[in-house]
Amino acid sequence: MLEITNLHVSVDGKEILRGIDLVVQAGEVHAVMGPNGSGKSTLAQVLAGRDSYTVSAGSVRYDGRDLFALSPEERAREGIFLAFQYPVEIPGVANIYLLKAALNAQRQHRGLPELDAVDFLALVRDQLKRVGMDEALLYRPVNQGFSGGEKKRNEILQMAVLQPKLAILDETDSGLDIDALKAVADGIEAMRRPDRAIILVTHYQRLLDYIVPNQVHVLAQGRIARSGGPELARELERRGYAWVEAAAAGTGAAA
Amino acid sequence: MNAVADRPLGDYARLQAALPGQGLPWLERWRAEALAAFAASGYPTLRDEDWKYTSVAAIENAVFDLLPPAGAAPAEVSAKLGAAIEALALPGACLMVFVDGRYAPALSRLDALPAGVTVASLAETLARAPERLQAWLGRRQFHASPLAGFAALNAAGFADGAYVHVDQGVTLAAPLQLLFVASAEKLATHSRNLIVAEAGSRLDLIEQHAARGAAGYLSNVVSDLAVGPGAAIAHYKLQEEGARAFHVAAVNAELQQGSRFASASFAFGAALARTDIAVALAAENAECTLDGLYLADGRQHIDHHTRIDHLVPRGTSREFYKGVLAGAGRAVFNGKVVIHEDAQHSDAAQSNRNLLLSPLAEVDTKPQLEIWADDVKCSHGATVGQLDPEQIFYLRSRGLAAAAAQTLLTWAFAAEMVERVPLAALRERLDRLLRARLPQSGETLEVWP
Ligand SMILES: Nc1ncnc2c1ncn2[C@@H]1O[C@H](COP(=O)(O)OP(=O)(O)O)[C@@H](O)[C@H]1O
Ligand SMILES: [Mg+2]
Repeated sequence: MLEITNLHVSVDGKEILRGIDLVVQAGEVHAVMGPNGSGKSTLAQVLAGRDSYTVSAGSVRYDGRDLFALSPEERAREGIFLAFQYPVEIPGVANIYLLKAALNAQRQHRGLPELDAVDFLALVRDQLKRVGMDEALLYRPVNQGFSGGEKKRNEILQMAVLQPKLAILDETDSGLDIDALKAVADGIEAMRRPDRAIILVTHYQRLLDYIVPNQVHVLAQGRIARSGGPELARELERRGYAWVEAAAAGTGAAA
Repeated sequence: MNAVADRPLGDYARLQAALPGQGLPWLERWRAEALAAFAASGYPTLRDEDWKYTSVAAIENAVFDLLPPAGAAPAEVSAKLGAAIEALALPGACLMVFVDGRYAPALSRLDALPAGVTVASLAETLARAPERLQAWLGRRQFHASPLAGFAALNAAGFADGAYVHVDQGVTLAAPLQLLFVASAEKLATHSRNLIVAEAGSRLDLIEQHAARGAAGYLSNVVSDLAVGPGAAIAHYKLQEEGARAFHVAAVNAELQQGSRFASASFAFGAALARTDIAVALAAENAECTLDGLYLADGRQHIDHHTRIDHLVPRGTSREFYKGVLAGAGRAVFNGKVVIHEDAQHSDAAQSNRNLLLSPLAEVDTKPQLEIWADDVKCSHGATVGQLDPEQIFYLRSRGLAAAAAQTLLTWAFAAEMVERVPLAALRERLDRLLRARLPQSGETLEVWP
């Protein structure tokens, strides 16, 4: 589904990703972990099409196509969804409007008719319940005045409504209390399907107590320093990131 | 007759013969005074502090007709114009229509007015009951500055307008729409509205300026409003003049004890538009809110100058203006709040926010606080910004096209001012106009919020 080869990304002349290789198959859940500033969000944003980053080398294929040939909105309509680490507030635009506009853009792209108001509301209400979100938040401006937890749940709600093929969740677990974490984890786990891939960007092991990934990758100094199974996450929890970083620095020096 | 006044009012003798109020000595005196004042002042120039950013050379150099074309009496407007006007009428409102500056009773709807309310043509009232106007027309207290420039032209040459008088304690349940429609090309009209709300009365007024059939003309309008003790007037000004039109307007309000005045100015049209709003808090515990929204696209130039005088203690004023500037559009916002020496415990807040959508667009914003009292609460601020790339990316990452994201964010910015309007029918109309006028038009968005 997603094939990242030797991806180099810089911002303002500073190289942040320095040769990422990653293959994610349909049906898999991959965890991308790493210390703060290691480039996790950069990777997530570049995959979603953020243009303030410069891709200086490498390629990304999504469903066999060149990802970089697609605009952010085309990627979204083709089934890529990024849950933002810091969801953006949009004053004056109702949350429910964005959900509807997003879903309709996707349906139109696929040649499907718009959902009528009744079906749409039924769908949204159903997903709201699963995410444990207050219906009143639908009618408030997007993310404005939402608590940290509400913002994260709102990202999960959008994902659940849009049913993406490739979901990239950037630290959707951070800053959540245990109830919210459980709700968000359930929301993600419910998305697991043979025809869908999920990339979980996370700083901590605790989300992985609920969602067992197929593979775990550790990002350090702009490269994937280590990959392994779920046991790698537990090892990181025990030992911290320093040893991976040290190993990565060693590799860098040797290269 | 002198050379300067000759230009704007042309052959004044010929014009005068067509003006209402002939034979009223007090009015003739005032008109003569105004004409002399204009002769002395001429048009404002960039050297005038209040006109620093707005040149009216284009008005000065244009040649206007002073009277509507013969045979086009408003009573006989064409069926087409009649239908266009019907479409502009606001559902549920009482309606007074002026075509090319003259009252058109056949197109107006005033039957739902309650007892104790007079709504009439100013020209007719000058003919039938001039004594009702004498104390109010040209009343000095309405005007912060001496008679000059466009205000003087208006006084000397006004042909008609609305006279509204609401008796003590009377409430108009339905809003009153004063609809000024321009249909004659090249015409200069000077319209004047006089609104008197006696103690404890309430009135919602919509002053709308639109073009149907004409694109280039001058509309010079003055509205004076007297808000009696405990009375409340809401004044919504909706400017959607023709693409080549010049619009110059003054709104003057004098507030008595415990009264409320809510002004909202929506400026969408005209090539060159200037609106002056002056509010005098003349007695204690009076309250005013001044809202505004301007959109300038293409080569439009839209100027708002507001002035709030806190003359006595315990007055409250709130001002909130927003602007969207696109293309090579240009806007001026100058908001002056003067807290006079006696006006202790005044409470004034003012804010102006602008959204620049193009590198050629420009805004000159100047909130001004002048405080002569020492125990007051005042704040002001102005911002000029652009669309937020983070917000655009967020929307695009949800599948909205880039242009749709921009339109949506621009709409959301501007719609805040529309949402503050409490009249549902007007709010709906304003929102529709806003969507149609948004830069890059509504085509970018398939479904609106
Ligand atoms: N827009 C930006 N401008 C400059 N530096 C940036 C920008 N975005 C990220 N960086 C830098 O890139 C590095 C990686 O950041 P990020 O991808 O956010 O890491 P992570 O998500 O792993 O914490 C950091 O050093 C950060 O300061
Ligand atoms: Mg991050």
